[in-house]
Amino acid sequence: MTGTVFDTLREHEFFADLSDEDIGILSACATPAAFAAGQVIFREGGPADACYLILRGDVALEVTTPGRGAHVVQTLHGGDILGWSWLFPPRRWMFDAQALTDTAAIRLDARCLRAAIDADHEFGYQLLQRFSQVMTARLQAARLQLMDVYGAP
Amino acid sequence: MALPDPLIAPLVPAWWPVRSVRRELADTVTLEIEPPPGGLVFEPGQFTMLSAFGIGEIPISISGDPGAPHALVQTIRSVGPVSSALTALRPGDRIGVRGPFGNGWPLEDARGADVLVVAGGIGLAPLRPVLYTILTDRDAYGRVSLLYGARSPSGLLYLDEIRGWMAGLDIDVLLTVDRGEPGWHGSVGVVTDLIRRASFEPAGTTAFVCGPEIMMRFTKQALESAGVDEERIAVSMERNMACGVGLCGHCQFGPFFVCKDGPVFRCSDMVELCWLKEV
Repeated sequence: MTGTVFDTLREHEFFADLSDEDIGILSACATPAAFAAGQVIFREGGPADACYLILRGDVALEVTTPGRGAHVVQTLHGGDILGWSWLFPPRRWMFDAQALTDTAAIRLDARCLRAAIDADHEFGYQLLQRFSQVMTARLQAARLQLMDVYGAP
Repeated sequence: MALPDPLIAPLVPAWWPVRSVRRELADTVTLEIEPPPGGLVFEPGQFTMLSAFGIGEIPISISGDPGAPHALVQTIRSVGPVSSALTALRPGDRIGVRGPFGNGWPLEDARGADVLVVAGGIGLAPLRPVLYTILTDRDAYGRVSLLYGARSPSGLLYLDEIRGWMAGLDIDVLLTVDRGEPGWHGSVGVVTDLIRRASFEPAGTTAFVCGPEIMMRFTKQALESAGVDEERIAVSMERNMACGVGLCGHCQFGPFFVCKDGPVFRCSDMVELCWLKEV
């Protein structure tokens, strides 16, 4: 990864229009992270102690069902946000996340983020607005997938 | 007695031999039909009415190369009695053909700028002639991306050809499926997710979209959110086309006859119609 974490966050589309001050708050919670292809990033049921801004690479969100093995429900790619279970109780991951290819990310520490949100509600509003958009888009996508639009008419 | 020419007698099918049959998917085949000498000239996006003798007739988009008019190539998915009969044809059998009908994709608008070809399921078939046309004159266009979504990896059409495009530099190909399968290491998610990953300059980009109607509606929204002008988003509609020449009214869609005024429409021409549940 080149440049500072601040610069990376500043340039990222997800945080576009955030003030430099807010980017500074985020930066204080952020560390670079890297995952090799095949590496598990987190497991279902584990404590949701972070979220990740994927910079490069591909990540599969999976759920494992007895007798059927792992089932990929969605893949995420460079520019995507991975993880929002840190936002709300019980703060446990709902899926497994596994790197499909070598993946570079920024890890945002959840405890740090929640403390920043509690301390600065305007920052929290800005952040939650962005996460809400991601959640809405994923919900719509999941509904489309459920509709099975390519199935027999 | 001479066989009827579909261009002269558009309501009378001509009976042409099937030259070859290629199984694409479990329920989908591509027929290569042999037109008379001189071939069948068509524009990308046009369709024919294909009939199975004694069973019926259905509209099918032409999926072949417009630069090769001596073969009429049609990809058909078996979903009903007529399409089941057509997909059961063998080389040497005869098939009824009327057409080509309708308008084509606005390829002239796309020249000189980036192009997004967004397909869902069998919606890639009417778009394949677009890709052939672009590849024939590749320098006339900017960046070209094929964004293709299907139900599952085993539902991806023309996979051998897609692999060839992926191996080349002319088209950026992004694939996704709604449901992964063992051995699939590609994207899982809806086709609209691919728009953000494609490289294009929204201003001036032309998008050609074909797939299930609901997929096209969501794709239109996502393209507009990405900054693509709705005048430059073209979709291919399907509405019970029967006569093919705007006489019978079966395919009326608001003020349009899909068979004659379409099947390709600019989204800007049908803003209200896009959101109607029934016309």
